[in-house]
Amino acid sequence: MQRRLPLLLVLVLGIFGAAAFVIPHPAVRGVDEVMRNDVIRIITAFSLVLGVGSIIRHHLIKIRRKAEHWPFSWVTLITLVVSAILGLFGGIDPASPGILFRAGGVGRFLGTFHIQVLYENMMVPLAATMFALLAFFMASAAYRAFRARNFEATLLLIAAFILMLGAVPLGRMLIKPLPEFAEWILTVPNTAAKRGIMFGVGLGTMATSLKIILGIERGWLGGGGK
Amino acid sequence: MFLALTLAVTLAGIAPASGVTAADRPNDGGSTIQVTWTRSPDEGIIGYRVLRRADGAVEWDTLTMVGRFIARYNDQAAEDGTRYQYAVLAVSDTAAAVSEPSAWAASKPQWYNSERTTALIGSLIFTFLIVFFTFQARSGRKLFIRRIGGLDAVEEALGRATEMGRPILYVPGLSSIADVATIAALNILGEVAKKTAKFGTPLIVPNRDPIVYTVAREVVKEAYTSAGRPDAFNPDMVFYVTDQQFAYAAAVDGIMVREKPATNFLMGMFWAESLILAETGASTGAVQIAGTDAIGQLPFFITACDYTLIGEELYAASAYLSHEPLLLGAIKGQDWSKLLILGLIIIGTILQLTAGVPVIDIF
Repeated sequence: MQRRLPLLLVLVLGIFGAAAFVIPHPAVRGVDEVMRNDVIRIITAFSLVLGVGSIIRHHLIKIRRKAEHWPFSWVTLITLVVSAILGLFGGIDPASPGILFRAGGVGRFLGTFHIQVLYENMMVPLAATMFALLAFFMASAAYRAFRARNFEATLLLIAAFILMLGAVPLGRMLIKPLPEFAEWILTVPNTAAKRGIMFGVGLGTMATSLKIILGIERGWLGGGGK
Repeated sequence: MFLALTLAVTLAGIAPASGVTAADRPNDGGSTIQVTWTRSPDEGIIGYRVLRRADGAVEWDTLTMVGRFIARYNDQAAEDGTRYQYAVLAVSDTAAAVSEPSAWAASKPQWYNSERTTALIGSLIFTFLIVFFTFQARSGRKLFIRRIGGLDAVEEALGRATEMGRPILYVPGLSSIADVATIAALNILGEVAKKTAKFGTPLIVPNRDPIVYTVAREVVKEAYTSAGRPDAFNPDMVFYVTDQQFAYAAAVDGIMVREKPATNFLMGMFWAESLILAETGASTGAVQIAGTDAIGQLPFFITACDYTLIGEELYAASAYLSHEPLLLGAIKGQDWSKLLILGLIIIGTILQLTAGVPVIDIF
């Protein structure tokens, strides 16, 4: 029963979801949208509690075991508690203050330290910093990719060289039709290869969905459904 | 009002729009009536005002004003079952001219979208092939599946980690459970976890999505149980990190640098963080096996990882690793479907180019 019920649910809801693709009637589409949006939101809300529990347990274990860089686990836990309090009781931004920032609340000592301010001034710059690292990683990856170790790598190197040269004025100065040729490489062979992969991905997605709906693939249940 | 507007036509001498039609929009969920008209031949027209009145109403309501080159409007505010009549008012700088009203029309929801018939037939053929080859596999027929280098390397990579006494890092992508690539990644995780349980290799599974985290934990737990090592399962090996994309990338990078896993699995859906993860992993000297259906990220993985599962190989991986005949049967069905599509493309191209048959219109 522990396995049959989820399998039955998946079978019924899977067929219903597929049917909604060809049935535009609100009686079907409405239920489908509720399943896709509302039900997933409710499940996410519950799983978020488990997620927060996981973070707390993971870092408490690190602190208890004095694992490498364990003091940073304190930083994570304190930040988690502070941002939760600010988010739950402080309102989203200064325009919509929560109980912490209303008259008499402790928020008067914090000024404009709302969750939105915290997010915009800490999370956003930190994320941008990580994103900026991509430029350096691209350079090192490009170096690795363009080493002509074998025939495929040599082809890649030549194609990349033509594309780069075709994208700058120097390319047209050296060989007049080079930008058009670079554009052709991008729109014809490159698109053909991409479409080939997309065909495979589309069929793979459908096959995986079918295997799950029909109960052939049970890996998501854990243990292969044995 | 209609009479007054008609009078304006006469006075100003502006030609109105003609041939106004109104009909229920086909293949939709109702509430929409398509209105079309033939534009006024008058050069001075600046636009058309679409007018509507419900059955029994005297007054005409203005629905919208559209540009002078427009001759179509979808009234999406119709009440199903109520009859409406439409007229179009041609407007110039100095005057307006109203058309003859359309016939009465009512919207209604449909039970079948005939525009998707081709997709439905294709899906049914695909389903038939999958089921057919699954039954073939069940009857014991030996099916040939081509070798996939990245998946052949899994056992070797796990053995390497065990010998080195280092953990395995498994990243199940950054997408939600609604993404099929994530489900494929979790299926592979189950097979990898069975092997780590067998070898006694530590496993680290950081998660970005809370639902994926809960499913991944259950998958790993069950894999350890089915491998006969439930005692070796540590709930802390699968944990939730954050839902912020780059914060997650920073956390996983930190794990790669601190824990120095011998093997990194990057499976599922990835975005801009793919290269950040793969390059950091490469810098630590780990064997890296990646798999994604994100075409934009594939070049990064091919460059920075030792093995890459391209597109559909990601979906075939769990069947390949488990050697489960039923799952292999589904892969066979998938291959035959590809062959069918390829054949249709070739025949369609020949017919369209040589005989001028508009094959593309069928789809």
